[in-house]
Amino acid sequence: MKPLRWLLALLAWLFGRRRAKAKQGESGERIVPAGAPNRGAENLVLVLLGIATLFAVGFIVTYAEFGPLELPNELLGVCLGGACLFIALALTVVAKRLVVTEEVEEEYPTENEEEQAKVLEIIHESGSRFTRKRLLVGAATAAGGALGLAALTPAVSLGPLWYTRPLDETPWYRGRRLVDVSENPMVAEDIEIGSFYTAFPEGADQDELASSIVVVRLHEGGLQLPAARRTWAPLGIVAYSKICTHAGCAIALYRKPTFPVVEPHAALICPCHYSTFDPARAGAVIYGPAGRPLPQLPLLIDSAGTLRAAGNFSGPVGPSWWGVRDSKALNE
Amino acid sequence: MSSSDALRDPVRFIDERTASAPLIRKVMRYAFPDHWSFLLGEVALYAFIVLIATGIYLALFYNDSTAHTVYHGPYQPLDGQEMSAAYKSVLDLSFTVKAGLLMRQTHHWAADVFLLAIVLHLMRVFFTGAFRKPRELTWIIGLVMLFTALLEGFLGYSLVDDLLSGMGIAIAYGVALSIPLIGGPLALAIWGAPFPGKPAFFSRMYIAHVFLFPILIGTLIAVHLALVAARHHTQFRETPRHTDRRLIGIPTFPGQVPRSLALMFGTFALLFFLGGLIQINPIWLWGPYHTYLGTNGAQPDWYLGWLIGALRLMPSFDVVIGHVTLIPNPFWGGALFPLLVLAVLAAFPWVERRLTGDRRAHNLADRPRDAPTRTAFGVAFLTWVFLIFVFGAADRLFVLFGLNYDLQLYVFRIGIWVVPLFLFFLTRRICRDLQAAERTAHLQEEGEEQAERERSVVASQAPG
Repeated sequence: MKPLRWLLALLAWLFGRRRAKAKQGESGERIVPAGAPNRGAENLVLVLLGIATLFAVGFIVTYAEFGPLELPNELLGVCLGGACLFIALALTVVAKRLVVTEEVEEEYPTENEEEQAKVLEIIHESGSRFTRKRLLVGAATAAGGALGLAALTPAVSLGPLWYTRPLDETPWYRGRRLVDVSENPMVAEDIEIGSFYTAFPEGADQDELASSIVVVRLHEGGLQLPAARRTWAPLGIVAYSKICTHAGCAIALYRKPTFPVVEPHAALICPCHYSTFDPARAGAVIYGPAGRPLPQLPLLIDSAGTLRAAGNFSGPVGPSWWGVRDSKALNE
Repeated sequence: MSSSDALRDPVRFIDERTASAPLIRKVMRYAFPDHWSFLLGEVALYAFIVLIATGIYLALFYNDSTAHTVYHGPYQPLDGQEMSAAYKSVLDLSFTVKAGLLMRQTHHWAADVFLLAIVLHLMRVFFTGAFRKPRELTWIIGLVMLFTALLEGFLGYSLVDDLLSGMGIAIAYGVALSIPLIGGPLALAIWGAPFPGKPAFFSRMYIAHVFLFPILIGTLIAVHLALVAARHHTQFRETPRHTDRRLIGIPTFPGQVPRSLALMFGTFALLFFLGGLIQINPIWLWGPYHTYLGTNGAQPDWYLGWLIGALRLMPSFDVVIGHVTLIPNPFWGGALFPLLVLAVLAAFPWVERRLTGDRRAHNLADRPRDAPTRTAFGVAFLTWVFLIFVFGAADRLFVLFGLNYDLQLYVFRIGIWVVPLFLFFLTRRICRDLQAAERTAHLQEEGEEQAERERSVVASQAPG
């Protein structure tokens, strides 16, 4: 019979209503104003907390019951969210119905002029034994500054400092074969007008910014390359860096004229900020915020009919930086 | 006092060891003004708590390595694809870690809500003049937190290394390169090498996202709240008893604590409901990122929309001498524009003080109509930023409604200047009319009271 008696004692302890004893300060005045008990609100809070408990248990059960692949994300979210929601509701009832709503008044803090003067006085009086203050402050500044600089120096290891040559480097050189994403050589005859190909230098890291190029074939008569680039587009096949000179996204869109009479000619477009380049006119910017043309890669066709680079890009690849030289300078 | 008070011993224990009973009592009776708009900052705080909690969970499963790996897992469309270990770890987190998807989506939603709450809180503080002396420091710290949170959010979704996040990092690289004079070396220092950079770049982003920035934001929150408490909240002039010297409000305990906790659990509930029920950033659809891949219609999280809008809206203009580019285009929209917005907001308390000559401390919050020029400027400035934000989605507007992109570009280039200017004068007008209407109503009331008094005087003098 002992467990039963314990249970009864527990229930009595939990559910027994205690008389709200007036606990007061010695002066007899309350700090928090009194209010009438509100059993209805208390019951409501109990119900809401009970529901919150059920939701929380529901979360644990859901988690345990399902395997990782069929675990319903919605149910998990609703269980956790529901538990939080009903606790929030319970607290709202406590705030609005159970806790006394009272107003307190406080003075806003003001300036402490006397204390300010004391602070100044302490500082000045503390320094009364120093005779060459300016020199000492100068020396301390120098020591502190040098130490700060020394502490920052290792940050130089982050990357090359004042040396932007890596930005100009590319994996392309004369004779390097063009391959597709699976390292298959690009055959010139397979490049069709109206299609858009991505190529890489054979055996290179394809993610390097200066690796990827777009290859498109245009009607040879429609090409308007500068005189120096006449030989860069065998069979009308042109290649440009695939990285937009504006902000470095990939030129992923190709607008080919499906009805040439009214539609503009072919264009290479970056989907990030819609910079648009003309493949027929040496990658010139025809629309959008880019400031430099796309760097062009000269091509040649080897005896096996595959495409190879005939040299390096006409200009720096990718977004511009302070001091970058325009590709025009390299041609003229 | 009853001797059976169970709390007596703990209270005595704490006070005997910390001597903090006077402080605790003061904190318990600290007055909170009772107005819903004062709770926006609290929502941001609670979203931050969710970010920390869910973020810790995510960090237990995330791998910051860019090493190539081949995906084999339950998500069939990507099976056999080569990808970074980082992206794979987030895919696994979403598909095979139990509750991982809920935590990831809740984390993402919490970031969006965090920034939204900060921006709304900023607007409340701006339009009520709560940034004025003696609260300028609180304002500045809030602004620093906003911009830190922007970067923190950006780093967060960049770590996933899916196609969208890769495109975002590419643009960040372009913007970093564009910074005058130091852009090239700076970008190389951050990335360690030309984009996509060394593998260490991901470790750097990771430590920044899970340690440096959270510590910074957490510290700033502490200072922000300490400053609020030191100077107390502003309050509206609800009654003549609410003055610049006397604050009237609900005490921390027992009044404010259940209210605040209810708001906290309410925020938690909202975020878990969103994380469970509404899909956000389904990374498995985007696929892995490579520098040579891009997708049309890519949109960042909402809080970066104003930057993509600025980058797209900015006319093609670089500072060029001969054939040498000095300042490339991404600088204007990607760096100068947000810095300008930050500078205007940061300088505003001092600019307003200079222009109005009002150097006094203010504890009473203005209603927006009480300061017509400030309100008008705020509306115009916000509209300016908002329109640039809207243009960030111009390509979506084209897809959804067939609005010509080119036409939108030119309309917005003019609209972002004309509409705010128009709204400035309109808002100022409305504020002044509201003030005038109030004055008239007030005078009328006074007149009626006067007449009433006179009537009663006449009545009492009349022979009975």
